[in-house]
Amino acid sequence: MRTCAESFQGYVLRPLGRDYGERLLPRGLDITFCDQLFLIGGGLLWNIYFAGLAILFGFFLATGVALMKFSANPWLWRPASAFVFFFRGSPLFIQFFFFYSAFILLPRTGIDIPLGFTTLTVQTSALTTAQVGGLFVLILNTTAYSAELFYGALRSVPKGDLEAADAYGMGGLTKFRRVVWPNMLRLAWPSYTNEAIFLTHSTTLVFLSAFPARQQSGEAFYYARYFVDQTFNPFVAYPIVAAYFIMLTLIIIGLFGLVNRRLNRHLPQEKRQRIRFRPQYIR
Amino acid sequence: MFEFCADPSILPTGQWFACYLTSGTHMAFYRSFLVVMLLLAITAPAALAMGILGALALRSDFAPVNLLGRGYVNLVRGVPDIVFFLFVPIALGQGIEWVLHQINCPDWDQPIRQGNDFIVCREAKMPPVGASAWTRNVYGFSMAIIAFALVFGAFVANTLYGAMRAVPQAQIETAESYGMTRAQAFRRIVLPQMWVFALPGLSNIWQILVKSTPLLFLLGIQDAVFWARELGGAKTSLYTYPHPDWRVWYFMVLLIFYLFLTWGSERSFGWLTRRLSRGQATAEGERLRRGAA
Repeated sequence: MRTCAESFQGYVLRPLGRDYGERLLPRGLDITFCDQLFLIGGGLLWNIYFAGLAILFGFFLATGVALMKFSANPWLWRPASAFVFFFRGSPLFIQFFFFYSAFILLPRTGIDIPLGFTTLTVQTSALTTAQVGGLFVLILNTTAYSAELFYGALRSVPKGDLEAADAYGMGGLTKFRRVVWPNMLRLAWPSYTNEAIFLTHSTTLVFLSAFPARQQSGEAFYYARYFVDQTFNPFVAYPIVAAYFIMLTLIIIGLFGLVNRRLNRHLPQEKRQRIRFRPQYIR
Repeated sequence: MFEFCADPSILPTGQWFACYLTSGTHMAFYRSFLVVMLLLAITAPAALAMGILGALALRSDFAPVNLLGRGYVNLVRGVPDIVFFLFVPIALGQGIEWVLHQINCPDWDQPIRQGNDFIVCREAKMPPVGASAWTRNVYGFSMAIIAFALVFGAFVANTLYGAMRAVPQAQIETAESYGMTRAQAFRRIVLPQMWVFALPGLSNIWQILVKSTPLLFLLGIQDAVFWARELGGAKTSLYTYPHPDWRVWYFMVLLIFYLFLTWGSERSFGWLTRRLSRGQATAEGERLRRGAA
């Protein structure tokens, strides 16, 4: 039997690949409690990777899509609405399957795009991995959900603030940067916090049967399922992963709460928006 | 299905597809959409019932019941529900077998958990040893329904609890001043009126429920996802209908099915909201009243 220190050393970085610890995962009767604790904990690295990058890219894309949807030009708002409808109306689980089966049809050598003076080769093989392809789907998905939130917030930017900006002679980008955008973020932030939480929880779906976990390197829930399959005992691994996720949720609430304080700092105390945790997980 | 399907390899494209899309496995694929609908049709009332129980527990003045309700709602809401979907069927299955084991085989001396095995006596196996495939499927399906009802019941309980508190307090007081008991006031005043307040939340939960049905696949049920993967995969010439990897098309069909389902439910909930707002003391109800006059 391994000691706890040994399992820590062998498995905490194992989710990154088999070069970062024991080559094989613990099996059958060899599994100790510490193995489960540290391997699942190490898997959280991937959850943080997926959630962090998806939120980062999704945030900027969602601002763009929300502005498109808010625009009066049908060439802008129609595609934006269709995009939002598509990703909000269908299950993320199926989206993973759909995009994965589309990605594996792309030519392995990459796609050549002739630009006249030179040829650009787009590498497509990476898209069949969860680390790139799965992240891609997550980014699109969170973009759609956040764009809907931002769109709702854009519609409720106070009229007085916009008139004040006009009166100061602000126009175009300045007005957007100083008045519209901060207001939009402030109004959308509580629900955006929830969106970030749902997104983090839905990173558990990445390795669920569509994208393969190469070298058995997966995220926390992948390992929890692995352990339950091995030990046939759901009462250890699932509570561990649940506890980790509750922890992660609390960290997100804390971080987003700091941003919320900053976004609301100009308002009198009682008008500030509180973040309420309203989890709805499946998307 | 058609008579010309005897030898598909020599058929022109149109007839080939007619045969291909009506083959036995494709019929199973179409039936699996009905399985999804069936799951929705059973789970929604079950979750609603769980939700009403949960909301009543949350409202209760009796401390243990109240605590039970709060514990249930917060536990389920605080943990990713995918964990619950996989946890509940296994845990429940083992729980049932354990209880049956205690009843049927009291003189069994070995421990139930031996290493990584969960061993109960033969009489305690669920579904029973030698049960038909159909019984096994029904058993698995009911486990899935229980998991769904438990998870979504907690969401519904929270929504309904909020909705019950949104019914104007003055109306309840009026009812009591007419001599109704608390239970009567609840049945006659709160229960009929809370739905309009609960509807936005319920509609949201319904959409989430619809979008979580593909997770049935993870519970080993042959649902639409299972068949899409099965049928779409590349088939060599050993098969009657050889074709390359068509999974992307099958999943596109699934996506369209779900888009249609969510779009349809959005429309229906819109209609229901207008219908329920009639005669309510809300802005929408007021607008309907003015429109009619």
